[in-house]
Amino acid sequence: MKGRVRHLILGGLVTLVLVALVAWFSAAPQWRSLPEQTALLRLSFTHGGDRSAACRDRTEEELAALPENMRARQICDRRRPPIFVELEVDGAIAFAAERDPSGLAGSGPSRLYERLLLPAGAHELTVRMRDRPDTEGFDYEATRRVELAPAQSFVIDFRPAAGGFVFH
Amino acid sequence: MSLRATLRRGLDRAERGLDPLFGADWNPLANLGPLGWFLFWIVAATGVYLFIFFDTGVVDAYASVEWLSNDHWFHAGVARSLHRYASDLMVVVMLLHLAREFVFDRYRGKRWFSWVTGVPIVWFVYMSGITGYWLVWDQLAQYVAQTSTELLDALPIFAEPIARNFLTPESLSSRFFTLLVFLHIAIPLILLLAMWIHIQRISLARSKPPRGLAAITLGALVLVSLLLPASSQGPADLATVPAVVGLDWFLLGLYPVIDMVPAGVIWTGALLFTLVLIGLPWAPPRAEAPAAKVFLDHCNGCARCVADCPYGAITLVRRSDGAPFPHEVEVDAGRCVACGICMGSCPSSTPFRRSGELITGIDLPERSLAALRAEVIEAAAQLTGAGRVLTIACGFGAAGVPAPGRVVLPCVAMAPPSLFDFILSRGLADGVAIAGCAERDCQNRLGRSWTLQRIARERDPFLRTRVPRARLLTAWAGPSEVARLEAETAGFAAALAAMGPYADQRPLDPAEARGSAAAAATATTARGARIVEAAK
Repeated sequence: MKGRVRHLILGGLVTLVLVALVAWFSAAPQWRSLPEQTALLRLSFTHGGDRSAACRDRTEEELAALPENMRARQICDRRRPPIFVELEVDGAIAFAAERDPSGLAGSGPSRLYERLLLPAGAHELTVRMRDRPDTEGFDYEATRRVELAPAQSFVIDFRPAAGGFVFH
Repeated sequence: MSLRATLRRGLDRAERGLDPLFGADWNPLANLGPLGWFLFWIVAATGVYLFIFFDTGVVDAYASVEWLSNDHWFHAGVARSLHRYASDLMVVVMLLHLAREFVFDRYRGKRWFSWVTGVPIVWFVYMSGITGYWLVWDQLAQYVAQTSTELLDALPIFAEPIARNFLTPESLSSRFFTLLVFLHIAIPLILLLAMWIHIQRISLARSKPPRGLAAITLGALVLVSLLLPASSQGPADLATVPAVVGLDWFLLGLYPVIDMVPAGVIWTGALLFTLVLIGLPWAPPRAEAPAAKVFLDHCNGCARCVADCPYGAITLVRRSDGAPFPHEVEVDAGRCVACGICMGSCPSSTPFRRSGELITGIDLPERSLAALRAEVIEAAAQLTGAGRVLTIACGFGAAGVPAPGRVVLPCVAMAPPSLFDFILSRGLADGVAIAGCAERDCQNRLGRSWTLQRIARERDPFLRTRVPRARLLTAWAGPSEVARLEAETAGFAAALAAMGPYADQRPLDPAEARGSAAAAATATTARGARIVEAAK
């Protein structure tokens, strides 16, 4: 075996082994991203705090100082209030946090995306949200008893048009 | 010995092991850049082919990939495996290329541009691969999509968390999925642009591997694609979590870390890693000799130095001194690494000249042709006995350390062929050993090729026909091959001793010798220190 033929054969064999290793490591070993007998709960939604709580009526003097076409009776802060969200799992608080509005001026909705790992099995979930700063307690609340299978993805969303919290 | 020198010797030794298997010119470790290009084109071609069969809607994406992998395994399935394995191999090649250029110290000084422009390529390769995995829309795709979007959402740049697109089966629209397809086309196109920029400051960039190596690589990829075809991992189902996935550890190897570490730490780490990589060429910068200088009185604008410069540092411009030539050459000091290859290519670089000061058309200020001639004469004076060998050595090869009878250069191509003629015809030595760096890879890219072509009288300036080839030894040896080089040189010396002295000698003029001694004294100190530093 001489020169290039040898290089083609020996080099080819070495390259073949390398590529085979590459092929093997392209799908193995496996990675477990979720512990066994666990389900994933995601609490995620986008919702703007209610600005109306911070609105007030303009005084007569303030109205008079405005051009006629701009004399809106109410004046509201551009910035939205933060929302407060609480999630209770089997009677214990699993998540509670305030979420500020988005945007440079704070005029965008508050956003939430939280992941919680729960043991598979039956759970009672209660989720609450306050979107007005003047509310005592919560503006929205929902409770659901769920049976979570291992590796199940369970989602709690919020859609005002659907009446509040939605469980997927 | 410094850490870099130790690493360099280790890598040189490892690469040497592949020489007998592939041949020095096909050695894959010396062709990592060209292999990266080759693999990119394999990935691009197979990607275009796969796009013919791929359904870009989320509902049928998985089914179309399954169809092409199973029903049409013999063409589209092979293309899919090639697409994946060539991408993975590209990651391996890219990371080895990065490490190798670092170890061989080719990233600092005037060579910073290729290093810095290479950093975004690392990220674009990863982004191209990651977006590709989304498209299969199997369980791995679901895991990658969810983990990636959750990581992206940690950056305050999206109006709404994009991870919400993957909350439930109903929340993922085909329109969003088509956007992912677009990303997988757009990012590789940006990658190609970055790769093109990456090679802009070197001349004759090697973007194609040797045909034999290309054939070996493609053959191995096709064979493995047939034997171990790439497969999907079950259809994505957003109602469940892909708890266990078979990861592609080349492209997705960081995902377990992303799972375990907060997103802020990941982004900070990625940013710091990028900044450190970009800053490496200046930490610390390499001390380099001053750039080559043009002497118009001795330059007729022949452009041989323009053709030979490995760094595109010399350009041909309109004549400025009124001499009857259309052009002159101009050196870009920002690109010149002072390898001296231009001096070796200049037809004016002849050490035989006796009239006036020895000046050539393009010279190194810190190591002029006159100084080189003087060094050669001085080194020759250290040789005794029969079969005297004067070694012209590369500072990055096995003979890179100064020794009696040896002249160490930044590159052996710095020595013009007329210097070898001078050494023999003046009786300074019975033979000349040109000891360059390893055959598989020249530290200054093209020095070895140019030297060989000049000696073979295939490239200007030619070695004169009167120079007996038997009195020239060309030996290519990396820093770990000192013993082999010594053995070759000893064999060469024995052969020269048997040959006897060179017959057509015209001894050195005493005035020539005196002038050279003065030039040698002025040139040695700073240069010697620089060469020793470069070899560390």
